Amino acid sequence: MSASTTATGPGGATGPTGDVGPSPAAARPRRSRRGAAEARAGLLLALPFVLLFAVFTAWPVLQSMFMSFTDMRISDIRTPFAVDFVGLENYRAAFADPVFRRAAMNTGVFVLLGVPLTIIAGLAAAVALNHGVGRLRSVFRIGFYSPVITSIVAVAVVWRFLLQPETGLVNTVLSWVGIDGPHWLGDQRTALLSLVVMAVWRNFGTSMIIFLAGLQAVDPGLHEAAALDGAGRWRRFVSITLPSIRPTMLFVLVTTSIGYLQFFEEPFVMTSGGPLNATVSASMYTYNQFGFGNYGVAGAMAYLTFLVIGIVTLVQFRLMREK
Amino acid sequence: MLERRSPVLTYIVLTVFLLLVITPFVWMILGSLKTQGELLQVPPTWLPDAPTLDNFRRLFDRPFGRFFTNSALVAVAVTAGNLLLSSMFGYALAHLRFPFKKLLFVLVLGCLMIPGLVTFIPQYVLVVNLGLADTLPALILPFLVQPFSVFLMRQFFLGLPRELLEAGRIDGVGEIAIFFRIYLPLAGPAFATLGILTFLGSWNNFLWPLVVSSSESTYTLPVALALISTGQNETDYGLLLAGATLIVLPILVVFLFFQRHFIQGIASTGIK
Repeated sequence: MSASTTATGPGGATGPTGDVGPSPAAARPRRSRRGAAEARAGLLLALPFVLLFAVFTAWPVLQSMFMSFTDMRISDIRTPFAVDFVGLENYRAAFADPVFRRAAMNTGVFVLLGVPLTIIAGLAAAVALNHGVGRLRSVFRIGFYSPVITSIVAVAVVWRFLLQPETGLVNTVLSWVGIDGPHWLGDQRTALLSLVVMAVWRNFGTSMIIFLAGLQAVDPGLHEAAALDGAGRWRRFVSITLPSIRPTMLFVLVTTSIGYLQFFEEPFVMTSGGPLNATVSASMYTYNQFGFGNYGVAGAMAYLTFLVIGIVTLVQFRLMREK
Repeated sequence: MLERRSPVLTYIVLTVFLLLVITPFVWMILGSLKTQGELLQVPPTWLPDAPTLDNFRRLFDRPFGRFFTNSALVAVAVTAGNLLLSSMFGYALAHLRFPFKKLLFVLVLGCLMIPGLVTFIPQYVLVVNLGLADTLPALILPFLVQPFSVFLMRQFFLGLPRELLEAGRIDGVGEIAIFFRIYLPLAGPAFATLGILTFLGSWNNFLWPLVVSSSESTYTLPVALALISTGQNETDYGLLLAGATLIVLPILVVFLFFQRHFIQGIASTGIK
């Protein structure tokens, strides 16, 4: 039945047609009329979302791509299409820019440190909560999740205060055990590490929640059988729990990696990328280019990040699907 | 019989971990009640010597009431819009046959993976050209449509029986009325999850309002706090911690109320 091609969107008759008499002879035409009504309803219900989506997401995605091949600057903001094509010049400029290369490298470090730490912390918390913690479970859950729901601006204020070199809580605690804490955010060697720790603190709650759901899929019978066979806790975790939560692991791995590949807010609010570009990330530098008015270059950099995200995601799917 | 190591050790480790995780919040709230002199003391004090609301008073010397209202207005509008638009579309995707359905679904979901910065600049250009820069609608409109919301609502409606739809048709209920009168009233749990998620996202949203808003009449709380924390008040920690508390506390309260739905909802998007 080709009912779907007859729908014409708004303007046609809407609503029920009223005649629902039980005449079998009329069954076929009635069904196709119903198909048309269904198609019309479907389109009408989809329309508001799709229209806004076209304007505020789909169109910007295309324009961004267009922009990345032009010399668009902030001065062209009122006439975004009266710009000159420059081919791949913006992409070349991005690769030639030493700060962008530094930013890309920093982003790599953020990903390599942040993703595993976030996943390990989240998984450890989930496994601990899943075993032997009864009544206080929701208290721990809420506590561990609370950093996730907190505004980054508020977080920045508090963490800058905590990391103050003289009056900060962190260095005060360190001084109790005789350690002279560094100027965490002002020292090139510790600034990036500080941001990673803060990011893990902010993000592990999300992976914990998802792992908690995934752990429901683990068969307790398998654990008991393995325990009877003398397998220890660690052994059971590696041979039973981990394989059982493989799909969850993939999901967390992909979403966490996508998050860290776009690492932005932490350096933006904590260090502005300093000291000496030690913490500038690819996304943050892209945003800076936007701030300088170099819209074409910023578009190219944004698409480069997009490309890397696509590749990393594909690779992870491949790796996790095998075996 | 499965050997169970006594949970005491687990409790101790988890409690230490929990204290570490929530220390920044405790420190924030305690700090917001201290005087500037006490905040700069070495070594720092734990409990405020003489608790004072002076920092909050100084905060409200600025139009922080206004910023609070802006944040709330924008978050409520974004949440309501998301619930309505994505449940309509999500329902259509789950239960109705209509032209271009597959294409639309793939297009919208495809945008889940696109980094925010890809759309950021064109959205800004668009808002400027529509004459919406520095208005509240500019803070609302781009966030009314989010692929994730559609995905969540579609999954939810897929879980509701199709028989409801058939029954509605037999009773002569119109196609659109079937959605509004039969399926929508059942969407409470999904609305709870999506509602809190969107509200949180909007309340904490920072970068877009920072770029789009340029006057006190449209500042939201995070923007206002970010701006005072980089100006001459950079080291006025009492004021800044009071501002941070003002942003964080309402959301913690909302979260405590709805956390069950919230956590279930997030988890359900992960295991599918």
